[in-house]
Amino acid sequence: MDILWKNYIDVAAMILFGIGFSNLLLQKNLIKKIIGLNIMDTAVYLFLASMGYLTDRAAPIVVDGVTDAEAYINPIPSGLVLTGIVVSVSVTAIMLSLTIRLYQRYRTLDLDEITILVRKEHNDGIYS
Amino acid sequence: MEFIRNFPFFSILLPMVSGPISSCLSGKTAKKISLTILSIDCVLSAAVLWYVRTQDGMFTYKMGNYPAPFGNEIRIGTLEAFMALFFCIVMLLSLWGGLNHVKQDVPEEKTNLYFILINLLLSSLLALIYTNDLFTAYVFIEINTISACGLIMVRGWGRNILAAIKYMIMSLLGSGLVLISLSILYGITGHLLMENIHDAAVQIMEQQTYVEPLTVAIGLFCVGIAIKSALFPFHAWLPDAYSYSTCSSSAILSSLVSKGYIFLLIKFFYRVIGTDIIRQTHVDNVLFIFGIAGMIVGSLSAIQQTDAGRMIAFSSVAQIGYIYMGFGLSTEAGMIASVFHILSHAASKSMLFVSATGLSEVSGGNTFYRSLTGAGYRHPLAGIAFSVGSFSMVGIPLLAGFTSKVYFAEAAFTASRGKMVVTLIALAISTVLNAMYFLRQVITIYTPARDVPRPEGYRPSRSMCAALALFIVMNFLLGMCSHPIFLWIQDGLANFS
Repeated sequence: MDILWKNYIDVAAMILFGIGFSNLLLQKNLIKKIIGLNIMDTAVYLFLASMGYLTDRAAPIVVDGVTDAEAYINPIPSGLVLTGIVVSVSVTAIMLSLTIRLYQRYRTLDLDEITILVRKEHNDGIYS
Repeated sequence: MEFIRNFPFFSILLPMVSGPISSCLSGKTAKKISLTILSIDCVLSAAVLWYVRTQDGMFTYKMGNYPAPFGNEIRIGTLEAFMALFFCIVMLLSLWGGLNHVKQDVPEEKTNLYFILINLLLSSLLALIYTNDLFTAYVFIEINTISACGLIMVRGWGRNILAAIKYMIMSLLGSGLVLISLSILYGITGHLLMENIHDAAVQIMEQQTYVEPLTVAIGLFCVGIAIKSALFPFHAWLPDAYSYSTCSSSAILSSLVSKGYIFLLIKFFYRVIGTDIIRQTHVDNVLFIFGIAGMIVGSLSAIQQTDAGRMIAFSSVAQIGYIYMGFGLSTEAGMIASVFHILSHAASKSMLFVSATGLSEVSGGNTFYRSLTGAGYRHPLAGIAFSVGSFSMVGIPLLAGFTSKVYFAEAAFTASRGKMVVTLIALAISTVLNAMYFLRQVITIYTPARDVPRPEGYRPSRSMCAALALFIVMNFLLGMCSHPIFLWIQDGLANFS
């Protein structure tokens, strides 16, 4: 139990990851799925950022000529978070644009309903 | 000579740069550029393979000459170079075979966008093969996903978009798991380069300090890659994605995209964690069970299909199952058989998709089981190619699929007794099931149909015929001259660890 309290940020990150993951997997509504995707990704960034942060140390930008490594935090996790954010923004954009296309065509955001409509189109022989 | 060391990096960079340039060119120019780049990449990869074989077998290329913990690295061994060459060739042939359909299926003003996606896909596949850094691998996994999604939805039909969004959802679940797994790995080892993680993982297992997080990370990574490469319980997205897209897309997606991820998993097993630790965590047993299940279930679903395209797509599920079964044998022979199966499946499946499209051209534009009756007479070369592909998948001697099945059976004897029995039985059952649906289709296309004439003035496109002929040659080559390739794979895997 104690170890969970000590690492409460990591625990929170994992719980958030689970919430996001199950939302992306189980929600029927496409927008809710995308929200789940973002929660999932953000949880990873929280995990990475908390891993890279040390109390009383500054961001790794040299100021006032202090070059001692002890004064700064490890820059790599922050770099990973930045890269991850770029990736997640682009996949979110793609998901949203696909959602818009589907909504314009079928006037619903429910993935199950869309699947039924597509199957109906298929059976009616509409290919377009 | 030393200059060849730069080629892997060039072959990643070239398509990546030419993609954005294509966006402001006309479709025709973009097509030419894309084909040229693909051919150049073939030549570059061949040069790298030659260099690696004549030199000491492997080298590491440091980006910008920064040493290990700071800089990014790519690493080239026999296996990587050979895979890169093979992927480039299959991609070139698949694209070439389906060029006519790209013209028909993609609106003219958007043709250049299609070739951007092809370029990005090529670049990300090569990067996945070469990279020596896990986070770079993650970034290129996402690029791969995005371009594959574009290839799926390029036709713009309702069901394409639905297939694309389903693919995206499953893929993002997979890449989320990969990302959290490598964050955990970074947390417990402090490294992102593969060798460094390996050293730290060995230390962890010696000191027994962070064994649980390491096991969790390995598990998450495997599940993530399994979702993305459509291992059995996660294959729901695959049939729609593969079967409704345009010809070249289907061929490329089924033969290459999932293989890129699987190759990354092999690297993860050998270079990042090490096979000993993988065996200690028993991940291989889990993969073995799902692989066997996938072999059977994929074939059973394929039998029920009434559309040849969907049948071929479901057969991919079964073939992916074979590959994971080879991983699960947890012997070196099993891994070699799996790698060889990656090659033979890529060569046969892309040929099947291209030839099925060729057959559909003379059968009213669809690939329904019944409407293909007699198509083998109306488009002879596509008929032959389809038969060769089917025979290869079933495992008729002289063809690629047979050789990989022999390797699997041989590998089974090196594994434990229980696994050996299960593997041999599963191979037998799966071969019978494969024969049921593939031979049924081959018989149908050679059943004479008097009432369906060949379309007036129809002439098979020259590019498709050439691509099909080359595919047939490739299948026979893989089947008959498998020994040098076997040695290369063995060498490459030995270099991995």
